[in-house]
Amino acid sequence: MKPFFIIHRNSLDSLFGALVGRNFTLVGPTLRDRAVAYSEIATVNDLPFGWTDEQDGGTYRLKKSDRQTLFDYAAGPHSWKKFLFPPALQLWEAERQIGPHEASPEYPPSHEGRGEQPRYAMIGVRSCDLHAIAVQDKVFAEGSHRDPTYEARRKNLFIVAVNCSHGGGTCFCRSMNTGPRATSGFDLALTEILEADRHVFLAESGSDRGAQVLREVTQEEAQESDIRAAERITADASVPMGRLMDTTDIRGLLYNNYDHPRWDHAAARCLACGNCTIVCPTCFCNTVEDFTDLAGTRAERRRRWDVCFAVDFSYIHGGSVRSTIRSRYRQWLTHKVATWIDQFGTSGCVGCGRCITWCPVGIDITEEVREIRANRPDDRKTLSEVGHAHT
Amino acid sequence: MLPHPFTVERVRRETHDTFTLELKGTNGIGGFSFAPGQFNMLYRFGTGEVPISISGDPERSDTLVHTIRAVGTVTESMERLKKGDIIGVRGPFGRGWPVLEARGCDVLIVAGGIGLAPLRPVMYRLLSRREQYGKIAILYGTRTPSDILYSKELEQWRSRFDLQVRVTVDRGEKDWKGHIGVVTTLIPRASFDPHEAVAMICGPEVMMRFTIRELEKRGVRRSNIHVSMERNMKCGIGFCGHCQYGPTFVCKDGPVFPYEKIEHIFRIREI
Amino acid sequence: MHTLEPILTEHPFLKGLNHAYIQLITGCARNVRFEPGQFLFREGEEANEFYIIRHGRVVMEIFTPERTAIPIQTVEEGEIIGWSWLIPPYHWHFDAQAVDMVRAIALDGKCLRNKCEEDHDMGYELLKRFAHIMEQRLQAARLQLLDVYHPHSGVAGPSARALKNKKR
Repeated sequence: MKPFFIIHRNSLDSLFGALVGRNFTLVGPTLRDRAVAYSEIATVNDLPFGWTDEQDGGTYRLKKSDRQTLFDYAAGPHSWKKFLFPPALQLWEAERQIGPHEASPEYPPSHEGRGEQPRYAMIGVRSCDLHAIAVQDKVFAEGSHRDPTYEARRKNLFIVAVNCSHGGGTCFCRSMNTGPRATSGFDLALTEILEADRHVFLAESGSDRGAQVLREVTQEEAQESDIRAAERITADASVPMGRLMDTTDIRGLLYNNYDHPRWDHAAARCLACGNCTIVCPTCFCNTVEDFTDLAGTRAERRRRWDVCFAVDFSYIHGGSVRSTIRSRYRQWLTHKVATWIDQFGTSGCVGCGRCITWCPVGIDITEEVREIRANRPDDRKTLSEVGHAHT
Repeated sequence: MLPHPFTVERVRRETHDTFTLELKGTNGIGGFSFAPGQFNMLYRFGTGEVPISISGDPERSDTLVHTIRAVGTVTESMERLKKGDIIGVRGPFGRGWPVLEARGCDVLIVAGGIGLAPLRPVMYRLLSRREQYGKIAILYGTRTPSDILYSKELEQWRSRFDLQVRVTVDRGEKDWKGHIGVVTTLIPRASFDPHEAVAMICGPEVMMRFTIRELEKRGVRRSNIHVSMERNMKCGIGFCGHCQYGPTFVCKDGPVFPYEKIEHIFRIREI
Repeated sequence: MHTLEPILTEHPFLKGLNHAYIQLITGCARNVRFEPGQFLFREGEEANEFYIIRHGRVVMEIFTPERTAIPIQTVEEGEIIGWSWLIPPYHWHFDAQAVDMVRAIALDGKCLRNKCEEDHDMGYELLKRFAHIMEQRLQAARLQLLDVYHPHSGVAGPSARALKNKKR
């Protein structure tokens, strides 16, 4: 069995120091705009100390906690994907050159994924988000084509996971088998233990470099009682978990219900704002845009996050394939929990609940799936039968 | 993701809104191999990038040929290209037509409008190995007689004894003596063995739907029907998510699909 | 005089039809020939016949004062033209003109109608064959109506119109 160590609250900064010493840029939870947001941090003092949150469909509220903890809140509006898959990125630029044909002097484009990529150490990654990173790895780093920016950043990445002590109002990692306890995909994992007389972190390493860092920071092996306390904490996190989703044959469920009336119900409320895709830790859709300067001598291509709720996301000459909100919401949900499995061998949903919390009208992915499952017409034809009906 | 610069060798006007570019690699990029049905992302300096299928002869890897319809800003700017101009090329991408699997079978090519362009490489390939295939029929439908693509080549092919070439238009014009009617009306007239025929279809989705129905009436097996799908594309390599079509990415799982593979979603609206 | 029976028996439209019916139909048939440009019939005329095309191409047209004759469809060898003889008031709804030299067998509509009334089994057999052709032509007309190769007909729905001017 792997040994567990104890890091005292007061020596957490030495962990940060060890990482900074290894040239990592620390990013972690901070308070910003009355929410927990991930940004660069320097010391433990940058973390949200003594705060917790309340979340529900369309609702997020930070609260002062009566416990002096550092990590007693659920996922906020940010996800970690912005550090590996930047919201906006220049892919390349090109300079118009005067060549042999003076009338048509052009480029060539230069630099793709060149330049040094940041080395991030993420502090406080929850189990759902570890799974989300693994999901995006499959998209950007494990297919036949690989994204050089993502790959470089991912290779550099150091992850300090934190086990959840608090089941959020919209969380459903238990349903998705993605938490609340971090089991793999981290360099270090911490469980915050706050007792009457002490504030410590139970630490375990998940990689050789994690183990090295840990040895530098602490020599204090955990007691059996500490391990049991940590287990209790993560067990407690799943007891009041706010949401549930039955994933039994979810592919079949959605593939057989493209015409379910429930889609109209969601479409009637959905604003097509795309919040759910922005807060989702796995949504990867992006677009590229080409620019020139006014003189037309420099051109560049930029990539930015895109939103499948936009009408022109599916534009082909003549019009958009998905012109109704109904079809765009259906695309997003069906992709997330069903077609994703065909594409990448895993669900695209990790049960973090962000899309539920940050939906301005409180559309709830778990509720939509539940309603589709509950109200299936019994005598429903199979898709191929429906497909061949003609008049 | 970097486009390679290619030089425009020749611009050929095809119809009032289509044109063909012949490109050669620069900077020492020599041959360009591709499979019939694959596409490239073509980039016009500073304006943008569009997916365009390759419509040249796969045996002639020294020249890259694209037939383009001017329907948007990027393609309209490409219409103004001249010999010697530079264009960016990324590719080839995607899965092409089953030309190898079709050996020993009759081949039925059904094209609508600009959909003939991605099928022309198939024709070149079939004709260069004519003895490996059974009967070959090209059924081509377009809007009006003046919209007929590659009319000279179609004429040449029509004069061969080992090919059936049938062309139809949706709307006749005054001097048009040929067939008038949608492309599906040509299917009952084509001569092929339905049990041994491989059908390759490219055109607007609704045209492909009607075509498949007509082929099924004649007894062509669904497993032998192949279609080329079109969706919005930005990257060509499965990163951008735009070209999703049910569980597939058109850019890497297609654009050519065995009909069997997508049949369950083929008639679902707005998928 | 040689009979048209073998030609009728082999024609795709009648293929597989009971021999006795073919004989009956042959009694209503005559051989016809049209020069290029000649009309088989014109809109509004009494529809007394229909044609089994043996050779050549016929264009079906509707005349408009502004755009002269608009060709709707062509029919060729192996196909038939005309079912107005079946449906009261038995008048043609379009013009039919020979594009090139056309050889056909004309079947007398009145004669056939009488025979179908006398023998409903034969009437049903013939009607099934016409229904099949009507279905095909209806489907084709629908597809034609969609004008699928027009640049902005690819995708229906409000966005098509909204984005029409937002070219890319």
